[in-house]
Amino acid sequence: MLAYLIRRVGQALLVIAAMATIVFVSIYAVGNPVDILANPNADAKEMAEISARLGLDKPLWEQFGLFVWNALHGDLGRSFVFNEPALKLIIQRMPATLELAFVALIMSIFIGIPLGVWAGLKPDAWSSRTIMSGSILGFSLPNFWIGLMLILLFAVQLKWLPSGGRGPTTSLFGIQVSFLTWEGLRYLLLPAFTLALYKAALVVRLSRSGTREAVLQDYVRFARAKGLSPTRIVLVHVLKNIMIPIVTILGLELGSMIAFAVVTETVFAYPGMGKLLIDSIGRLDRPVIVAYLMMVVVIFVVINLIVDLLYAALDPRVRLQESEG
Amino acid sequence: MSAPILSIHDLKVEFGTRQGVVKAVDGVSLNVYRGEVLGLVGESGSGKSVTGLSILGLIDPPGRIASGSIKLEGTELIGLPEDELRRLRGERMAMIFQDPMTTLNPVLRIDTQMIETIRAHENVSERAARSRAEEALKRVGIPSPAERLLTYPHQLSGGMRQRVAIAIALLMSPALLVADEPTTALDVTIQSQIIAEVQQLCSETGTALIWITHDLAVVAGLADRIAVMYAGRIVEEGDVDPVLDHPRHPYTYGLLGSAPSNNRRGEKLAQIPGMTPSLANLPSGCAFAPRCAFAQGDCSTAPPTLTHDGSRAWRCFHPVPDREDVR
Repeated sequence: MLAYLIRRVGQALLVIAAMATIVFVSIYAVGNPVDILANPNADAKEMAEISARLGLDKPLWEQFGLFVWNALHGDLGRSFVFNEPALKLIIQRMPATLELAFVALIMSIFIGIPLGVWAGLKPDAWSSRTIMSGSILGFSLPNFWIGLMLILLFAVQLKWLPSGGRGPTTSLFGIQVSFLTWEGLRYLLLPAFTLALYKAALVVRLSRSGTREAVLQDYVRFARAKGLSPTRIVLVHVLKNIMIPIVTILGLELGSMIAFAVVTETVFAYPGMGKLLIDSIGRLDRPVIVAYLMMVVVIFVVINLIVDLLYAALDPRVRLQESEG
Repeated sequence: MSAPILSIHDLKVEFGTRQGVVKAVDGVSLNVYRGEVLGLVGESGSGKSVTGLSILGLIDPPGRIASGSIKLEGTELIGLPEDELRRLRGERMAMIFQDPMTTLNPVLRIDTQMIETIRAHENVSERAARSRAEEALKRVGIPSPAERLLTYPHQLSGGMRQRVAIAIALLMSPALLVADEPTTALDVTIQSQIIAEVQQLCSETGTALIWITHDLAVVAGLADRIAVMYAGRIVEEGDVDPVLDHPRHPYTYGLLGSAPSNNRRGEKLAQIPGMTPSLANLPSGCAFAPRCAFAQGDCSTAPPTLTHDGSRAWRCFHPVPDREDVR
């Protein structure tokens, strides 16, 4: 287990280093942030001052060396725009995004698994065909369009839910969260649903194929021969077997929901990390972009680790091998 | 003789396929009495497993029971509401399957899989169910049953898993146990142990046993009566010794003749010429006629009816002459 952890952390460090280098260099190549930051009327002298203040007048290798040196000391640089530590900016926005991603995850599970299992149990019923056709829509409709349509319907026409932004927050263990109050949750529903729809479609497909495969297995036949109720066969015997691939995929998808909820957050003007990223890219705020992407790697590694642990909890065969190895 | 535990009459099971409707079981009638062991013998595709599954009502679409009657202890099972059928399954009739590697759910512990069976039929506490499960494991010869209850199937050997499956099937002391080739996937030594155990357990409780197999040697040692199936029909039936010593149906005769133990070493093994016919495209008349050494012209006109002789019966116009031993 320890060797496994060390290997995982080693891999993560390698990816972080490579990622930081590529992003740092490529953003340098994109353009000079001073052009965006400075007042349009600023003259060359003022521009040079800003450049010097941000350390952008030095050659690339020197800037990069400084960045690496500081990063090794836990400082990922200050935002050019906000003049605050980049990491702090990201962490401030993190609860909003995590909240959104988890609500979306829960939605996709509670929509996807029941529909998928139903479609797997009754593959020829018209209801199942409807579910499967619907899942194709969930796959193929662009995220931003769904978001806009939802806003149009529920916010503009019906006026049931707010069209964007984040609701009032309350403090939970010192973190500002909004899902604890109904008012706060109302702001989460539309963006979370937009984000969940694609994942739900994925979960529908996975649970359907898993279920169709599982019901043909001898253990299901034997469970029926034992006289178990259909409910127990589906909820215990089938569900526990099909959860293994679903957990794997959802783990990866959760990572991408946290890291790249950019489009949804933009459509709903939701003040999360994705919005920060897209704003920072627009302003060439290099420290924030680099720090953000390094953070993303860490998130993925952590989630993968959790998935592996969950995997072992679900599949006893994996558990045994680990205790032996 | 008392009323049979299981009485099947003129059972027909059909499968809708692309080539049309296939009659997997075509007019099977059987009686099984208390404590009796019936060997149901046939090649793959002869309909023996489908017969077994129909008894428990486990035929899945595209298959369906087209007609006939299956009575268990006097209760008609065909047309019985699914919920009532479910209550009989596991309680009055049980089934074990061929591959012990796949019959137990890989992600559930043995105790879960045993206790759920008891609690599906009886309103008992978890603790009471657990001690009964432990008792059942002990009965099928599993050492340290309390520990085995806490393991997962993959931690047990094939023989152990089949024993667990048998223990589960016998948990509720059913009146009938259908065993669908339960030892085919096991080593020969384990095979004979398991056969001996099942035989003993069934005779202790009076459970009637239908042992589905293609292995005549197993039937010879285990069964009281034998029914030989070919292409969805029972072609010969009777007490084990007379049928195996002096088969009257040419198919039984050929089957016995092709057992390796009945051949001399170095000689070419005897075999039945031809192949099992496709069920979608059965010859009119006797389905075995195209492969039969005894066939004559009338064999291909109409399917032969059952000829009775004492306790045995066969379905053939030109049976193997009586008293001809199998060499």
